Amino acid sequence: MTAAISVTKLVKTFGPTRALDELDLSVRTGEVHGFLGPNGAGKSTTIRVLLGLLRRDSGEVSVLGADPWRDAVSLHRRLAYVPGDVNLWPNLSGGEAIDLFGALRGGLDPGRRAELVERFELDPTKKCRAYSKGNRQKVALVAAFASDVELYVLDEPTAGLDPLMDSVFRSYVQEAREAGRTVLLSSHILGEVEALCDRISIIREGRIVESGTLGELRHLTRTTVSVRTERPVTGLDGLPGVHDVRNGDDTTRFEIEPGRFDAVLRHLAGFGVLDLTSTPPSLEELFLRFYGGDAPAEAEAK
Amino acid sequence: MSSFTGTARLARLALRRDRVQLPVWVFGLGGVLAATAASVSGAYTTDAERAAYAVTAANPAAMAFNGPVLGTDLGSITMTETFTVLAVFVALMSTMAVVRHTRQNEETGRAELVGSAIVGRHAPLTAALITVAGANAALAVLVGLLLNANGLSPAGSWGIGLALGLVGVVFAGVAAVAAQLSGTSRGANGLAAAGLGLAFLLRAVGDSLGEQAPGGVTTDSAFFSWLSPIGWGHQLKPFTETNWWVLGLLAVLAGLLVALAYALTAHRDLGAGMLPDRAGPATAPRGLLRPLGLAWRLQRGAVLGWSVAMVVLGVTFGALGEEIDEMLENNPQLAEVFRQFGTDGTPADMYFGMVLGLMAIAAAGYTVQALLRMRAEESSGVLEPLLATAVSRPRWMLGHILIATAGTVLLLVLLGSGAGLSYGLIVGDVPGQVVSLAGAALAQAPGPLALAGAVVAVIGLLPGRAVALAWGALVVCVLLGQVGLLLELPQPVLDISPFTHLPPVPAAEVAVTPILSLLAAGLLLTAAGVAAFRRRDLTM
Repeated sequence: MTAAISVTKLVKTFGPTRALDELDLSVRTGEVHGFLGPNGAGKSTTIRVLLGLLRRDSGEVSVLGADPWRDAVSLHRRLAYVPGDVNLWPNLSGGEAIDLFGALRGGLDPGRRAELVERFELDPTKKCRAYSKGNRQKVALVAAFASDVELYVLDEPTAGLDPLMDSVFRSYVQEAREAGRTVLLSSHILGEVEALCDRISIIREGRIVESGTLGELRHLTRTTVSVRTERPVTGLDGLPGVHDVRNGDDTTRFEIEPGRFDAVLRHLAGFGVLDLTSTPPSLEELFLRFYGGDAPAEAEAK
Repeated sequence: MSSFTGTARLARLALRRDRVQLPVWVFGLGGVLAATAASVSGAYTTDAERAAYAVTAANPAAMAFNGPVLGTDLGSITMTETFTVLAVFVALMSTMAVVRHTRQNEETGRAELVGSAIVGRHAPLTAALITVAGANAALAVLVGLLLNANGLSPAGSWGIGLALGLVGVVFAGVAAVAAQLSGTSRGANGLAAAGLGLAFLLRAVGDSLGEQAPGGVTTDSAFFSWLSPIGWGHQLKPFTETNWWVLGLLAVLAGLLVALAYALTAHRDLGAGMLPDRAGPATAPRGLLRPLGLAWRLQRGAVLGWSVAMVVLGVTFGALGEEIDEMLENNPQLAEVFRQFGTDGTPADMYFGMVLGLMAIAAAGYTVQALLRMRAEESSGVLEPLLATAVSRPRWMLGHILIATAGTVLLLVLLGSGAGLSYGLIVGDVPGQVVSLAGAALAQAPGPLALAGAVVAVIGLLPGRAVALAWGALVVCVLLGQVGLLLELPQPVLDISPFTHLPPVPAAEVAVTPILSLLAAGLLLTAAGVAAFRRRDLTM
């Protein structure tokens, strides 16, 4: 598979702040790629560099095979962008803004535009200053999905949408994937990421800390184990890869790093195992781990 | 909790936000006034010199821009030379500050957040008015102290200070009303500026039509000056008659305007103006779908507003052109002064040359405003998705630059044509005067266009400072044009302003060299600005 977006060792500084610190990112053609990270980690900065709105200090950036800074105009014909904070001209109507973005991107499909306006339940005659945040996002989404482009760059596009509109949005992303388009989706909504994304990259403090499918990322984090035994369990603390051991009456709970099960199971067998449940990390736990101070298990293992 | 709860806290917030801006205004204006007063006392040391000043200053063009001649003492000369231009700047300082702390907060949503806290409904407006009144009080004290230290009489010094401060407070009231009427800060500033323009125009007409007072060198302004708060300032005559009651007029008007603003706040919702939003078209017209079409759509309101203003000003100044001949008949000394300028033109040509030159600087206000729209688009975030389409940065900029350039030329032609129309009706030659004065106004176009280049350059090179630098450059041009000669500044300093280089057509021949050099400078600076914008980050 070829790469729709390929970034190596990207550095971007604002004065003394190093916003992007040797960031590497790879998005394959035809996939929906989740771009996640805590607030201020550098998601929007990365996206702006990918669009040629910011100039990189160093590193290699290729979007659809082009250099986004040098070939901005020709590249922009092939992509559609929905910013995280959609600002529109207060005195233009929503319909005018949609047509304007479409035309400046090289034209949009009127039939598809009408369908999108209807499905997103947008009143295109309202002035942009009268729109709520969610409605301004709908304007940008309609303009993006009505354009026939190879790449969609969506920066937290559903932060202001209600659940009904969110599902409309998801169906258009699915449709884009089925048509072989590439989507870079920055989002904080975990359900959305789980439902839509083929692969995800997690950015923290200007660096990608992890990249892969959700399944792969799950395998990088600790599993919670709860075990009921005949005799109280002792000596677990000393085993490599075991954390947070809590002893109850007959039940012991602990967390275990991936790849450490074998020795632990051997140890537990000596206490008469009655029952054992192993729970992989929930999505929330997974992200809290990656976002927060806790380094992922793989990094610990190194 | 009263509707004023939280006012003090909000006023402190406003002062914190304006901690650089307002002191720069206050000390800048105070400094200009003190410098002018010092140079007046240096330049007019003898009675004869002061009498000669009164003669030359009492011509319709000078009085339209400066105000009436109030006496031959140093204080009165300082007053005539500085009061009008300073009053305009004080008014701008006040209107912009009030709008910044009221309507702009509503527009950006800050007022919503603030209003949800323990803050009364009238607190934001009250805090804004207190802040601005404080700035004007500081200016009044500073002016009083500085002029008094310059050797002018205490009564006169404090009179000028108080008059300037109260004019500022009146326009704070104008802005408070405008901020209730308009739903946007751009609109509120526009309305307040229109009010200021009207005040300037009324006193320009009144002072220009002023009659020489019996037996003296002073001028009695005509009735129109009494319709303008700026005109009232002159009528205080702080160094001769000291009509303190005139200050009462200013205070009463300010009180009425503020009361009106409070009454209006009761009749509207947070964030809303007095006029409802109309629905727009569901699809865009073809003309909008290009960067130039979008730029026109965003700029056409400003072009229209300025066009109306320019036609009104042109017609007014044209009608006043008749006065000059009459005045020269009654004032042989002035006629002698005009001849000494050594130009080939008639007195009316002199008049129009001076008026059009000064009005070209005013028209540059449009040029700066129109070009700074680019910076506003960038910092408000609407530019980001636009430049993520297949529009190159130069193409986007050229749309706005084209509109600003064509708009400037249009405004000057309208100004000249308006003057030609009314003056032509008086002298019985409408087509001839329209062509001649429109051409004369057009000959001033290189001034605003050179400044335009500088504005584009700072947008490209120093985006964070562009707004302050661009307006600052215009203020410098206005001051050099208004008081530069009086201050006897060295020619290299006067030459900073592009407007200095253009001869006063129709009183002088059109000079090709300065026109071409200024246009070339404007073009080079524009190219530099576009090139720099191409190479830099988008700056929110």
